[in-house]
Amino acid sequence: MEKLTFEYPASQPVKQRAHVGVVGSGDLEVLLESSPDQNAHVTVTTSVDGFGTTWKLVLDRFFSRYQGAAAIEINDFGATPGVVALRLEQAVERSQV
Amino acid sequence: MSGMQTTPQNGAGVGQQLFDPSAFLARQSLTELNGRDRAQALLDTGTYRELLGPFDRLESPWLTMQGVVPQSDDGLIVARGEIGGKSSAILSIEGQFQGGSTGEVAGAKIAATLDLARADTEKGNPIQVVLLLETGGVRLQEANLGLEAIAEINSSLIALRRYVPVVGVIAGMVGCFGGMSITASLCSYLVMTRAGRLGLNGPEVIEEQSGIEEFDSKDRQLVWAVMGGEQRSATGFADYLVEDDVTAIKNCIVDAFARGLPLQHRSELVEENLHRLSAIDGSRQLTSGEVRELLSKGERL
Repeated sequence: MEKLTFEYPASQPVKQRAHVGVVGSGDLEVLLESSPDQNAHVTVTTSVDGFGTTWKLVLDRFFSRYQGAAAIEINDFGATPGVVALRLEQAVERSQV
Repeated sequence: MSGMQTTPQNGAGVGQQLFDPSAFLARQSLTELNGRDRAQALLDTGTYRELLGPFDRLESPWLTMQGVVPQSDDGLIVARGEIGGKSSAILSIEGQFQGGSTGEVAGAKIAATLDLARADTEKGNPIQVVLLLETGGVRLQEANLGLEAIAEINSSLIALRRYVPVVGVIAGMVGCFGGMSITASLCSYLVMTRAGRLGLNGPEVIEEQSGIEEFDSKDRQLVWAVMGGEQRSATGFADYLVEDDVTAIKNCIVDAFARGLPLQHRSELVEENLHRLSAIDGSRQLTSGEVRELLSKGERL
């Protein structure tokens, strides 16, 4: 198990918190809520060690389009980058309803 | 067995008529939903309200210490709302998280909900509690705390079922095993699908402990013939055998609560069960047909 943290600049407030996904095989849960400051913060707890660079690439791409000042907590159980990206999109979608 | 059995919506006329896919396609599967969506689907529309949800972050303090990723709700969804217009609580176990295992936090959430439902019921505000059981039993990483949790759940359930029925649902695909199978058996009424399985020991555990000649866990036909929903309902361990369909399962739940308390709970029929056990020849493995014949004699289990 490994814990990773990331920070990104942000410009939009988060409308409402959102929770998606399950900590099941090949899946992850995402908790998205308003950040305490003007930046976005991501905390990843993952069952698979040594993929810090991949996480950074997936999150870099996600935050190149998403501007929310969000505190995102991820509990990952071996999701592929594609699944991670989809769950993040889903959490954003739910937070904008 | 006094339990109602719903007939399958399709497949009944196999051999006589062509398979009609419309009924199958119209079904909304419960087993394809995760724990949270199951609770939402079974409560009356618009009444769902979650207690101690993910953002309360009541996760297991023990898993991280052992290098296991926790889940923010510890894999147990407590949902309040209405079923058939009556005040209800659904306790839904997330089978995908750690095999639906019951740890300290998940167990405490179940036991506390049962206790609060009893307190409300005693005050004249009855609460219908439904357990969605998808679990391998005690969470091994939490050992004694998990065992204690099951003891608390069971005593809380017995205290509640003196006033109102408690309904268990084993839809699948995990099934219900270990300590939680005792909880299932304490329920006033049990609803199962064909995919659901109920057993004190899971197939792999039996094979591991007693050898492949005793039980081949890879033999799906054998596994379901012993512990599958169809066999369990035919032998009186479950009251409803139902298709994997949200509406059909909900109808069973509503029907079960409408029946009120059973004259005697299944777990109270000690003499009958001992008598039945004494008639079983343990020197060889019985076929599912023989078990059905033996157990269908006499009163409901």
